[in-house]
Amino acid sequence: MAKERVVTTTINGKEVEFQCQSRQTLLESLRDQLGLTGTKEGCSNGNCGACTVIMNGRPVVSCLVLAMEASYAELRTIEGIGSEAGLDELQQCFLEGAALQCGVCTPGFIVQADALLKENPDPTEEEIRFYLAGNLCRCTGYDKIVRAVQAAAQARKVSK
Amino acid sequence: MRDFDYEMATTLEEALVLMSMHEPDIRPMAGGTDLIDHVRNGHLSPERLIDVKRIRELNVLELDDEGLHLGAAVPCYKIHGHAEIVSRYSALADSCHIIGGIQIQSRASVGGNICNSGPAADATPSVIALDGVCVIAAPQFDREVASADFCTGPGQNVLEPDELLVEIRFPPQPPHSGSHYRRFIPRNEMDIAVVGVGASVQLDESGQTFLAARIALGAVGPTPLLASEAAELLVGQPVNDETLSLAAEAARRVASPITDMRGTAEYRTHLVGVLTQRVLRHAVARARGEAIEYQPGH
Repeated sequence: MAKERVVTTTINGKEVEFQCQSRQTLLESLRDQLGLTGTKEGCSNGNCGACTVIMNGRPVVSCLVLAMEASYAELRTIEGIGSEAGLDELQQCFLEGAALQCGVCTPGFIVQADALLKENPDPTEEEIRFYLAGNLCRCTGYDKIVRAVQAAAQARKVSK
Repeated sequence: MRDFDYEMATTLEEALVLMSMHEPDIRPMAGGTDLIDHVRNGHLSPERLIDVKRIRELNVLELDDEGLHLGAAVPCYKIHGHAEIVSRYSALADSCHIIGGIQIQSRASVGGNICNSGPAADATPSVIALDGVCVIAAPQFDREVASADFCTGPGQNVLEPDELLVEIRFPPQPPHSGSHYRRFIPRNEMDIAVVGVGASVQLDESGQTFLAARIALGAVGPTPLLASEAAELLVGQPVNDETLSLAAEAARRVASPITDMRGTAEYRTHLVGVLTQRVLRHAVARARGEAIEYQPGH
């Protein structure tokens, strides 16, 4: 009945261990224990998508996942989207298309859009908007975000 | 967040033992998308959460001669991504496609939706319309409860503290049958139903006469409601505007909505009529094997 436990999990391809309490969310552990502050806290009730990460191949909001649930999971965060070699197409397209202003929602949008493009490499505008409906942006009005995802889909097709 | 214990159960037996420890407020957790939020905002204060989503019986997703076995913890994305469920239990797939956003659908389950027993739950009207039966396990004896009788009030249901919803079983769908769920919300996605309606219909071979129907309403009463009279009115009647409007009128009579920030009681009652007709039209089209023009949220 431990309220405190050591969790072993894989994040962005690396196995890590961290200590957490049962009441802590994955979002809290990522940011506070593991220093992975790219994942943002927005609403903390599952509405805004700023804390989106990939867990066992599926996008989830990490504010509604307990840290202990991540035991032996496969996680991917915004830090795992680019590489040492440079930015991912999605990050580049968000930058070039000015698809952000304050930037708090951006990591969640990019992780979610990456999940979309892996599932559906050539989405329609409607499909992009539906897939990103769980991510809120209070600055840009979404059009630039949708265009950035469309551009990234094109860029990924060309780079293949 | 308030302090609590977390325990992962790996077998049904283990979960039932943990659930029967007489601690105050032990709660099973599947996807946690409602539960974790409720604990955080102080709406619930469990001493212990029992994670049940790794239990084999709660992850069953099978179609056989008995119909569909849907494990209580199966996440929504697996349901709306299952081709046979989409074609044979369409209303259920419709619901799972619009619960929360994609991230929520990765974790949220139909079993959890029913057990949270929210009056505006999107899956429950579909489960009732498709005549789902809730299969409940307990340390002493298991039991089955019709989905229409499962919820007893806002956040309330028939489960005893040591009982666990294991699966929802749906009867086989007869030939020439179809179903649909839709809700009205001011946005296109990611919102709580102002009104939701689920319906399933069975037509005769010609596709012109109703043989059977079930209609269920969400967000217009303390629990999702089975509109029995509305469905019975359809039996033996021709598929036409007049029949549909009679059913809609009967569905409106069942609705007993409250006025809140999502809509007035009058508005909701009006919506019940509009949505009942639209949902029946789509269920009929599916029963006839016609393609329907439907975008989730519209």
